[in-house]
Amino acid sequence: MQTDYISAFNVVIGVLWRFWPVWVALILVMGASFTYKKRLGLYGQLFDSGVGIAGVFICLFWLFTAIFASTISPFDPLAQVSVMKDTLPGAVEPASKLVYYFGGDKLARDVFSRMVYGSQIVLIIAPAATGFALMVGITLGLPAGYYGGKIDTLLSFLANLVLAFPVILLFYLLVTPGIMDTPIPYAMAGLFFLFPIIFFCVLFWTRYKNRPDRLYILLGITLVVGGWIYAGLVFDKDPLHIVHIDPNQLNIFVAVVFASSPGVFRIVRGLTMDIKTRDYVAAAQTRGESPWYIMLWEILPNARGPLIVDACLRIGYTTILLGTLGYFGLGLAPESPDWGTAIKDASRLLRSFIHPALPPTIALMSFVLGLNLLADSLREQSMKD
Amino acid sequence: MFSFIARRIGTILLTMLCLTLVVFFLVNLEPNLKKLAISQTEMHTPADQLESWLVNHGYRQNFFLRYGQWLGVLPKHPITDPATGKTTQRFSFCNDPTEPKFSGVLQGDFGCSTKFKTTVAAKLFPALGATGLLMFWVLAVMVPISLLIGILAGMREGSRTDRTLSVASIASTATPEYVSGVIFTVIFASWLGWLNGSAASASQGITFYNFTLPVITLAIYGIGYIARMTRASMVEVMTQQYIRTARLKGLSFSSVVIKHALRNALIAPFTVIMLQFPWLLTGVVIVEVMFRYQGFGYTLVEAAGNNDIDLLLGCSLVSVFIVLITQLISDVGYAFLNPRIRVQ
Repeated sequence: MQTDYISAFNVVIGVLWRFWPVWVALILVMGASFTYKKRLGLYGQLFDSGVGIAGVFICLFWLFTAIFASTISPFDPLAQVSVMKDTLPGAVEPASKLVYYFGGDKLARDVFSRMVYGSQIVLIIAPAATGFALMVGITLGLPAGYYGGKIDTLLSFLANLVLAFPVILLFYLLVTPGIMDTPIPYAMAGLFFLFPIIFFCVLFWTRYKNRPDRLYILLGITLVVGGWIYAGLVFDKDPLHIVHIDPNQLNIFVAVVFASSPGVFRIVRGLTMDIKTRDYVAAAQTRGESPWYIMLWEILPNARGPLIVDACLRIGYTTILLGTLGYFGLGLAPESPDWGTAIKDASRLLRSFIHPALPPTIALMSFVLGLNLLADSLREQSMKD
Repeated sequence: MFSFIARRIGTILLTMLCLTLVVFFLVNLEPNLKKLAISQTEMHTPADQLESWLVNHGYRQNFFLRYGQWLGVLPKHPITDPATGKTTQRFSFCNDPTEPKFSGVLQGDFGCSTKFKTTVAAKLFPALGATGLLMFWVLAVMVPISLLIGILAGMREGSRTDRTLSVASIASTATPEYVSGVIFTVIFASWLGWLNGSAASASQGITFYNFTLPVITLAIYGIGYIARMTRASMVEVMTQQYIRTARLKGLSFSSVVIKHALRNALIAPFTVIMLQFPWLLTGVVIVEVMFRYQGFGYTLVEAAGNNDIDLLLGCSLVSVFIVLITQLISDVGYAFLNPRIRVQ
């Protein structure tokens, strides 16, 4: 049977039209940010430079794409329509008359829908893993930099140990199907996911320990919400069945947090060592504040600039890591629509078909580029102050 | 200085010891041993025979005993047939000893590759040579280009050249190897047909045709980062008093840049280039798999995929050694190049 094709011009128009919820959301958010940019602090300052606007635009584009993925994509990312196998961009699917805008891959799935759905996986795992890595790095980096001495020596040695591993070897050892039969991923998840709870408990305790009315509410919220998510993620025993993560996703998540927290640790440690010589820290010490109060309420807020920049870069780096995992077929399910897996599948067939390879590569590149541009312009803005 | 280097080498040895212990633990997890036994025996072998294969080849000995044997502080034992008491080699394809003997890493014996049926040394060192060749060309392309971009951008901060080159370097750091590799292959191999999308033939001899794509793919990710560091260092140098003095003396801009600024601006990039090696190692794995080049990265993936214990340990030892030694060189070199630190 002959497949019908629409023209290249119609493909472009069609793709732009499919993204309509994204455009609407982008116009609303960007317009509002422009109007009120004077009042939005650091975020508002991003709109002063072309690089900053480009960065925000690209990041928000992928964010909204992930949110509205089910509306944007015409097909199910896993559905196989056998007539559409290896079709070129613009092929019309005979049953529904919808278009395979970027063609079909070797398993006859819609490349466009897979790219759109792939953004969901990346935008959930990468920021979340970066968040956990930040928590681990901050909670360990602050005491290492502040106290120095034996704690510092031990923690720095451990951090350097992890950093000396080539990332790819680490992933091959930690993200294999076999390792999920052992308790190792769960033990590591149990350890890493404890850090946010500890962090927030200490944060509230040091600040409000003389105001029990506030303290107990905040500690209660932390423990209930933290414990709920903890139970869901580590033991998969969420009583409400909302928080749930597949074992292989948990494995990836833990490996990515493990690989990137030593980097955060190093940065936090360096910043702490620098900031603890400032006068306001000496003033707090003279007032008799506890060490953890000084670390969390005096040093950490003053280290936020470089940390925000690093977080942006790190989300991009984590995206690259996820792509690497997908490229080597580690952890993620083989039919998963994430960009790395799609690149792997397509790059084996480059000699015959190139169209399935380009959308995921360009998507991954543009998202990381957006984050890097964002980080660069944040760095410039924070240097101006 | 000597005590500093000695202390650092001590730390390196300790780190290598810890890391190999961790790798040894991970490759000897029960599922991994099962995988190894299945791949080493015939298809559909019953479970008890898999178990006896593992026992026979010494994989069921105590964990620390085996680590000691691998390290060379405990003697390796051959297989002893319990019925006859006769001893045979553990792996016949790599001349294992027939009597108990100290033969580990410390004695220069890296063990036996179960996947490639040869000694680890015979597989690993040629692969390292091939990767060394790749690395050489990558550095030969990457270093001059990135330094040039960084210097041109940092020479006049805020100029149009600076903006363009900075955005270009950000774009290059946002392009991991598996992305640029695909894009380059599409452009240069599929569309234009100028270059070969596979470097498999490069093992026989490298040519421009088969080696360019892996080299530029690997170089492009590092170029942006080094260029940005060079730019930052160049910008800092250009605001110094002595540059202004030289300009006010009436020297031309080009001679100020070449004679006064460059030397001082190139100290920081040296450190950055040395610290790029860990990233290059990951990149090497991706590029070698993508372009089918039989080097270190390819060996590592094969070893990890088949749970080839000794080969994987050898690979990790080598890569950790490279990472740590480049860190040491970067520290020592920095102190050597920067007189202010050398005096302290």
